[in-house]
Amino acid sequence: MTDTAERKPESLDRLVIRFAGDSGDGMQLTGDRFTSASALFGNDLATLPEFPAEIRAPAGTLAGVSAFQVHISDHRINTPGDAPNVLVAMNPAALKAELRGLEDGGTVIVNVDTFDERNLTKAGYTDNPLTDGSLDAYSVYEVPMTSLTKEAVIPAGVKPRDADRSKNFFALGLVTWMYTRPIDATLAWIEEKFGKNPMVHQANVLAFKAGHAFGETAELFDHTYQVAPAPQEPGTYTNISGNMALSWGLIAASQLAKLPLFLGSYPITPASDILHELSKHKNFGVRTLQAEDEIAGIGAALGAAFGGHIGITTTSGPGVALKSETMGLAISLELPLVIVDIQRGGPSTGLPTKTEAADLLLAMYGRHGESPLPIIAASTPSDCFEVAIEAVRIALEYRTPVILLSDGYLANGTEPWKLPDVDSLRPIEVEFATAPNHTSASGDPEYWPYVRDPETFARSWALPGTDGLMHRIGGIEKQEGSGNISYDPANHGEMVAVRAAKVAAVAKSIPPVEVTGDADADLLVLGWGSTWGAIATAVDRARAEGDRVAQLHLRHLNPFPPNLGEVLGRYRKVLVPEMNLGQLSRMIRAEFLVDARSVNKVEGTPFTAAELHAAITGALHD
Amino acid sequence: MTDVAPTTRKDWQTDQEVRWCPGCGDYSILTAVQMLMPELDVRREDTVFVSGIGCAARFPYYMNTYGMHTIHGRAPAIATGLALARPDLDVWVVGGDGDLLSIGGNHLIHALRRNVNLTILLFNNQIYGLTKGQYSPTSERGKVTKSTPFGSLDQPFNPIALALGAQATFVARTHDMDRQHMQETFRRAHAHKGAAVVEIYQNCNVFNDGAFATITGKANRESMLIPLEHGQPVRFGPEGSKGVVIDDSGQARIVEVDDVDESEIVTHDEQAPTAALAFMLSQLASSPEEPTPVGVFRAVERDEYGEAVERQIAGAQDQRGPGDLSALLRSGATWDVV
Repeated sequence: MTDTAERKPESLDRLVIRFAGDSGDGMQLTGDRFTSASALFGNDLATLPEFPAEIRAPAGTLAGVSAFQVHISDHRINTPGDAPNVLVAMNPAALKAELRGLEDGGTVIVNVDTFDERNLTKAGYTDNPLTDGSLDAYSVYEVPMTSLTKEAVIPAGVKPRDADRSKNFFALGLVTWMYTRPIDATLAWIEEKFGKNPMVHQANVLAFKAGHAFGETAELFDHTYQVAPAPQEPGTYTNISGNMALSWGLIAASQLAKLPLFLGSYPITPASDILHELSKHKNFGVRTLQAEDEIAGIGAALGAAFGGHIGITTTSGPGVALKSETMGLAISLELPLVIVDIQRGGPSTGLPTKTEAADLLLAMYGRHGESPLPIIAASTPSDCFEVAIEAVRIALEYRTPVILLSDGYLANGTEPWKLPDVDSLRPIEVEFATAPNHTSASGDPEYWPYVRDPETFARSWALPGTDGLMHRIGGIEKQEGSGNISYDPANHGEMVAVRAAKVAAVAKSIPPVEVTGDADADLLVLGWGSTWGAIATAVDRARAEGDRVAQLHLRHLNPFPPNLGEVLGRYRKVLVPEMNLGQLSRMIRAEFLVDARSVNKVEGTPFTAAELHAAITGALHD
Repeated sequence: MTDVAPTTRKDWQTDQEVRWCPGCGDYSILTAVQMLMPELDVRREDTVFVSGIGCAARFPYYMNTYGMHTIHGRAPAIATGLALARPDLDVWVVGGDGDLLSIGGNHLIHALRRNVNLTILLFNNQIYGLTKGQYSPTSERGKVTKSTPFGSLDQPFNPIALALGAQATFVARTHDMDRQHMQETFRRAHAHKGAAVVEIYQNCNVFNDGAFATITGKANRESMLIPLEHGQPVRFGPEGSKGVVIDDSGQARIVEVDDVDESEIVTHDEQAPTAALAFMLSQLASSPEEPTPVGVFRAVERDEYGEAVERQIAGAQDQRGPGDLSALLRSGATWDVV
């Protein structure tokens, strides 16, 4: 026995760990548990899960590597970290695929049991990297995780084949010890998750404890590390992913509007978790329909909206393409509807599990005819909650379909979220027509569905079942006011104009944008969506070096906030980082004649702060 | 039901000019529906007609109810959402053979297998009318149209067989030349709990005139239409001289009743445990040139989808109480910072 456990842990202000293994190794779960323990401990954190599209790609190959990166700190952070400090590699393929990103001199913990000739060959190694000196620049810890796990779980009575499956808990136990994470929450979670199967439960507990004990007793590690809690505002916190926050935001919106929620959806990565989550909450009166296809998903949501429910459909890019005709119908019917697009790599099937933000122009222009609709985007996982409420608010108040853009990075990434006081959330007011609103030529009261509110241009909305207000609406152009079919040229021009004016009028309900950073900045970094964290970090670094830089991040992309043009005019240079080839920058240039410069990355992974810092420095000093 | 104020046919009509071609079969279907509605003890306010695109899909504009004229093929999906959101409403779907069997075929079969509470009127004229005369998924093979100058190569759908295959709980056929038969069929379809589909042979006098004349013409009906009546032997023709038997290979066949033992004539059972009999009957005519069964092929009870949805919601509320947003936000692991 050594005395390492007695030594005081070394303090770190931040730590980035990347867990990597085969798709079947349970690395997402390991990362998720490490994250949860750190959140409960009080660290600030951000996560980046990355996994292949295949459920089980061939074992041991580079294609099958699944990774989870978590950044924990004792101060406020905005990103999952640029270069990991620690890589946990469960097999040679994970080492080969992930070593590239590790910081110079970083720590590598490998499951040495898997470094046999067969696995090395599968990973494309001709020599064993553990012995050929190629890892000399790193601190390498070789841990026989498979064999130690198998030995540890013998008392549980599991078959040797199944024993191997607990090795992710061994790895979790080891890093839990190394970074002095609390163990109670993890043990409680194992109990909750596996309690129904005592043998598996016991095996996972034994593996976790064995990993923890190994750290403590093996002479491999000379001391542990500590990352202190980050100062946080008082309140109750939870660790939240974007898709979870978005689901809860939709439920909150339903409560705030006092209207039931109806989700019509078809499974698609990375949006399916919203369907899963909402389907659990039927006691909130939530109806979920797993439709026969994407088109039926939005169709059913639109039918429900006609009936007075909050119609929602959730999807990703390919599904948005399929839904576009129904969005056009919703624009013509002027009914509320929210289309949630969790963007992923495209075109076509593209990179289903990788992030991208290249659907902005699809959202803007991806329908035939003049068919504008409001577009809003979330910037962090927890922001998805507020943005979901905002999307429902706009849809209901303006009787319009709204596209909500998130992406795979926000959807699966997590961060600590200070829970809002639900009583402080602003109610959403919706007024339904209850009486005739027009007098016919013969002097009889009648109901006209296309009579508008003079402020919002929202049309009157009468629900089926309302006495005396029977009316028909359809996709054929209609007479303004009466809603009857009209092929009159002047009326069509008027309807096109009023639909555009209605969407433009949404701007009046949007708060003016606020810029952060230097008031007299030479450069404004303008962003939207999940780039917020990397931009904020990069701007902080540039300012720390003495550069004068400001940041502006847009939630509302159509219409833009009312003061955006004026704000953009204050800066000599405007830089627009996007995970596409320059879609917002194109809109900004067209709308405001601003010489917005585009910074692009379309590689299926988010920007790092370092990349954006370099872009800022380059733009300032070119 | 007695709390519904009485209405007349006129109450169900709108002030909109009906814009079908003069002589179109759609007029008689509209009349049949408008005359039937006052007899159904339903309120106009609680009735919604949902349609897709096509000539038939203009139907909602002519009914003084709530209505949605939507996009091509999607009416069953849109109506599904409406019916699930508002189980208090009476939701009808109206569409043609192109709308419901071609572009919307997927939505139709899924609405049927789910057994959503919809009354679906499928106007089958075996042609595309609104786009001016292309062949449809029910057009006969060899059909010469603008898009098939050398004759169509497609095997047509048999809508009755398709609906039975999709596990529909109510499947019937009627035609536009017999208002009484239409009304009785629609009445039963409307009374059915779950998805009811009625195929209506409908004449398009501009692009496919006389497609059903061989069987629906007044002089031909007796010998060419086979009325299906639950619990009755399947017989037709002058004085019931013809009948349907199921032969040893499991095929329905038309015979002269005099040529067989009367006990061999099959008795119609619309509630049979399987759709086998209804399917065999659906195969009697390969085109409306041959004796064709009309009436209710199948009418069985199965859990209605909307009711099942409501039961799940009520069950969840019983078990967990009404939703508590604050508790939901705290349902994961939380920690307090003071």
